[in-house]
Amino acid sequence: MTLIGPNGKVMRLSNIPLALLLLIASSTPLLAAGSEADFRTAYAAAETANQEAGRLRNQWTTTAAALAEAKKAAEAGDFDRAIAASKQAEALAKASIFQANNEKEAWKALEIR
Amino acid sequence: MRSAMHLVVSAAAAFAALAFSSLAPAAAADTPDPVADARAFRNYFTQKFPKVKLEDFVNGPYSMNEDMHRQWEEKEQFPPYEFALEAGQEMFSKPFKNGRSYADCFPNQGIGIRQNYPIFDEKEGKVVTLELALNRCREANGEAPLSYVKDDMAALTAYMAFTSRGKPFDIKIPSDPRALEAYQDGKRYFYTRRGQLNFSCASCHVQSPGERIRAEVLAPALGILNAMPIYRSEWSGMGTISRRFTTCNSQIRGVPLDPQADEYRDLEYYLSYVSNGLPISGPGARP
Repeated sequence: MTLIGPNGKVMRLSNIPLALLLLIASSTPLLAAGSEADFRTAYAAAETANQEAGRLRNQWTTTAAALAEAKKAAEAGDFDRAIAASKQAEALAKASIFQANNEKEAWKALEIR
Repeated sequence: MRSAMHLVVSAAAAFAALAFSSLAPAAAADTPDPVADARAFRNYFTQKFPKVKLEDFVNGPYSMNEDMHRQWEEKEQFPPYEFALEAGQEMFSKPFKNGRSYADCFPNQGIGIRQNYPIFDEKEGKVVTLELALNRCREANGEAPLSYVKDDMAALTAYMAFTSRGKPFDIKIPSDPRALEAYQDGKRYFYTRRGQLNFSCASCHVQSPGERIRAEVLAPALGILNAMPIYRSEWSGMGTISRRFTTCNSQIRGVPLDPQADEYRDLEYYLSYVSNGLPISGPGARP
């Protein structure tokens, strides 16, 4: 087996030190298929963040859409897609929380005086 | 000694003046002043659109563009809200099962009172909109409440608005700290950015009236509720204020609140108050 090195040269796998191979293997867990448990963790984190956005009366429709997509993918057994959608939902929910907190004072800048 | 005393008094006076000059504006900025707000609001729009007559702002996008104004005048020959007006009058006149009617729930039998809503109900400590008052009337008389966003509510409010046409908005803020707080909360909601698109109501209706957002010309916030409810070609039907608020929220990718949530009631209170003096023109028609 061969790999292309950073200098563009072809490297034989046998020439790569074992420690480096172990490092590559340990740093690429995303390549592994997502499990149902991983999905449940990611989905719960997204839901918690979205509930906080709801408490601040500032949920986004795109968060709800990403959560729905995650659930649909999980039901179809596609946990990689379900995890990715859950993470997207969590990021969107966190952005909506940031927006709500920031606007507690920032709205005044728009006011007609 | 006298000069030393004089110096101390002058220094104290200067310090006090400095302290007050730095504190007073900050305090004023945080103290709601609806009268000053309404004046500033009106000035902003009249200066931005010096050719538009004050009373014409209630015609929304049609006041911003001469071509559209002509289209609107033609449309008013056979207004698309006419069917709703007739249905609303019929509903309003038809007694409930218990023999009472909407007229029994309102001052002046419900005729020519649109310009006074929303009101601040001091017993409840909250804003009561016309839509809410209509449903409370129904429930008090054993009838099921109507959907706030569908045709029947739009028809009823269309008829009530029609009986108030030409009457200036006359929203009162009673001397009750809760009323002032509701007004201020409505103002905050109006200017607060929300949704994934990070828009506030003001982003469209203060910063960009007259501009196009896709195919639509944005209406100015001044007088924006005077024409409600409206027939919208985009909706192929009538829409209430509740429908307008919830749709605005979803268009900017925000999850709408329940119709008649406190926030929307307060928003309607604020927006109506700052349009005080402008005539009711509802029901209206919009693209």
